[in-house]
Amino acid sequence: MTGTHHPTPPHGPLPLPTTGARILLLTGATLTIASTFLAWTWTTRFPGNLTVTGYPGGLQTITLAGAALTLLHALAGHGIRGLRWLTPAGPTAPTLLTALGTFAATWYTLAAIALDLGGLANLEPGGYIAAAASLLTLAAALALPPDRPYDDHNGTRPPTPWRLLRHSFTAGHTPPAKPLPTWAETLIIAAAFALGLFLFSYGIDTEYGELFVGYLILTGLTLAALGRSGLTTRLSNLTAKHRNTTLTAAFVAAACFPLTQTNDAYTNLATSILIFATVALGLNVVVGLAGLLDLGYVAFLGVGAYAAALVSGSPESAIGVHFPFWAAILTGIAASLVFGVLIGAPTLRLRGDYLAIVTLGFGEIFRITMLNLNGKTGPDITNGAMGIPNIPELNILGFDFGKTHDILGTPIGRFGNYYLLMLLATIVVVLVFRRATESRIGRAWIAIREDETAATAMGINAFRLKLLAFALGAALAGLAGTIQAHVITTATPDQYQFAGTVPPNSAFLLAAVILGGMGTITGPIVGAALLYLIPSKMDFMQDYQLLLFGLALILLMRFRPEGLVADRRKQLEFHEDTAPTGNVPLTKAEA
Amino acid sequence: MTTTATAGPLLTATGVTMRFGGLTAVRTVDLTVGPHEIVGLIGPNGAGKTTFFNCLTGLYTPTEGTVTYQGTTLPPKPHLVTQAGIARTFQNIRLFPNMTVLENVLVGRHTRTKEGLFSALLRGPAFRRAERASEERAMELLAFTDLTPKRDHLARNLPYGEQRKLEIARALASDPGLLLLDEPTAGMNPQETRTTETLVRAIRDRGTAVLVIEHDMRFIFNLCDRVAVLVQGEKLVEGTPETVQADERVIAAYLGTPFEGAPGQEEIAEVEAAETAAENHHDAEGDHR
Repeated sequence: MTGTHHPTPPHGPLPLPTTGARILLLTGATLTIASTFLAWTWTTRFPGNLTVTGYPGGLQTITLAGAALTLLHALAGHGIRGLRWLTPAGPTAPTLLTALGTFAATWYTLAAIALDLGGLANLEPGGYIAAAASLLTLAAALALPPDRPYDDHNGTRPPTPWRLLRHSFTAGHTPPAKPLPTWAETLIIAAAFALGLFLFSYGIDTEYGELFVGYLILTGLTLAALGRSGLTTRLSNLTAKHRNTTLTAAFVAAACFPLTQTNDAYTNLATSILIFATVALGLNVVVGLAGLLDLGYVAFLGVGAYAAALVSGSPESAIGVHFPFWAAILTGIAASLVFGVLIGAPTLRLRGDYLAIVTLGFGEIFRITMLNLNGKTGPDITNGAMGIPNIPELNILGFDFGKTHDILGTPIGRFGNYYLLMLLATIVVVLVFRRATESRIGRAWIAIREDETAATAMGINAFRLKLLAFALGAALAGLAGTIQAHVITTATPDQYQFAGTVPPNSAFLLAAVILGGMGTITGPIVGAALLYLIPSKMDFMQDYQLLLFGLALILLMRFRPEGLVADRRKQLEFHEDTAPTGNVPLTKAEA
Repeated sequence: MTTTATAGPLLTATGVTMRFGGLTAVRTVDLTVGPHEIVGLIGPNGAGKTTFFNCLTGLYTPTEGTVTYQGTTLPPKPHLVTQAGIARTFQNIRLFPNMTVLENVLVGRHTRTKEGLFSALLRGPAFRRAERASEERAMELLAFTDLTPKRDHLARNLPYGEQRKLEIARALASDPGLLLLDEPTAGMNPQETRTTETLVRAIRDRGTAVLVIEHDMRFIFNLCDRVAVLVQGEKLVEGTPETVQADERVIAAYLGTPFEGAPGQEEIAEVEAAETAAENHHDAEGDHR
């Protein structure tokens, strides 16, 4: 465990003997768990009722979960049998991250209590115990020996405390997993998605902003811990091996979501997230695969929505027709497709920044046109700023989407119905994305993104393929738009702006793709969920929302330019120094 | 060494002229490449070799003159030229850096496969068959260029010499009748250069004619059946390596005897004087420290 030139310290940035650190860690984590059963404040004015001694409530459950996870990782670090699978890449970094998550969530809770109620006097002794215990746990975790011995680069980088701190967070090497029988691997994938469903519904169901912040802190850092412990690598190896099982499991989990909900408002939130995510995935074809920066993408969603609204049989529609749903969907897709080709044909000869500016312009032109087709400044088609309201509920083969139906004994309300319908559209988009990527067409798109001149020299008609990507992206957004129009029953121009505080708008769509991870399927979905949930849950920071959003984007681009869910290609591209490049082949499944 | 083509020439460039504003980079150059022939194109830096190449491959539209391939005039669009059967590599390697080695070669198959978006979405048996066939062909080319073990590496992570080979494999994937190589041995050590020589011969033996631009004289004279010399945008001589090597004007162009404004003794002396001055200055600075 020692380097060749500089003797590397056998501990993290805090100089403590390992045994002492381990004992402190276990004590701290146990104490933190115990503290969540005490009262942290005296009044129920702070949401979640933290006044009860005897069982944890509200934000205390977050601390409890975090401390329990820390304890588990710490025990795995002791080499306890049956827990070693938790940390194949080494226990220190994950322990440190879970301890950090617990510490941050706990201290955030205490600070929120003090701020909300006006002063530290509102804390009960239980709160102080929690604060001290979580700090102790974090300190002890900082003294653990790192998972990988510190490399001083032949003495040029002596181990300063700051370097040691950063090094403590780096992951060790993940050894390949023992192959398990197929059923066991399938079970692991299913369990992972069940857990994902639980986490997602917990996040959606958080009733007040403070709980959501606590949830976000702990979930984020725990996911980072899982990344460091090597479990994420193992899981992604499994999902790469059983791709169809994974896809099925993901959609079964997603389809189960309405069954877990009793409140229609939260199902509505989930439906909006799903619409946003689907459109982001469509944009990913254009931006992530073909590398075309489209800043007016939301217009295609608008075209789909307006087309569907016009043929929906709404009494306010200028065309008094009522298409059946399949015809309405086709109309929406076709309208978006035509619009996409019309915009793409003249603009796609441009490259890079020029294309971005032109698409930005076209996106705004769409919105303003819809605004002006109101009978006064233009022909009366879209009803101007009022939009097309009263879009009737869908009715497919006698299934009325406006009514509550019982599925498996659980009532599924209006939004639940639309959520399931939207999920079908998402499946279509995911399949289209996946199949297009792994084909001659998808390879040509990536080739154009990588080097357009070389791609044309390989016989690729760059213009035609870019137009195809543009049209496909537009059609997918049109599909989402037709359903969106029925979900919100109105199509108005101001829903389809370039930027605004409520997603989906072009800027947020692009942000979801970049934040989540370009060129991946999971990335835009995760990005969209975060970008939708965070503003809607944290209404108390409404005024600073865009500021914080910008800050978050800058930080992300600085520290994780490949996005939250990294395409393996991108990971190699941006972290060539840390990634084991060169000798490690990139398998097709991982890409 | 000369293999005289019995059939008509594969590639015929007639009076190709390329002007950029007032500058004439290539002036009325004629060149033919016959089937099963390796033709070399040499010339000092800035002689217009790459510009001429770009005129052949449709990257530039020649100001005057025509380029025909197997008797048909080539359209000035790179992808159509590739489709017609001319593939190329680039002087400064232009691979798709974030695609795997295999994927790079598969992209080269683009013109020889037809599966569109819908067949990709439906994944019918025809699509699977075509994908499998493409992959087999690509793997065969990787074996031909000794890159099989590297199939799943990112192109960017290959060592320099292998990147050159991958570019050739990618170009061959479009089943070209004529391969244009733009300085294939630039930056290679003598051993790698010899490997490339063998590779180019093997390509010719597979039935693909080769037109190669190169600085390395030994490489060109060893390899080529016919060599054309381009100086200041004009074709100076053309013939067998022996003829070209013996030509005084070529020697002059390369060894710096004044030739139509090529740097003369005065300029050389000037440059040398400047260099010495700079060195002295540098030394003086060093003394101060």
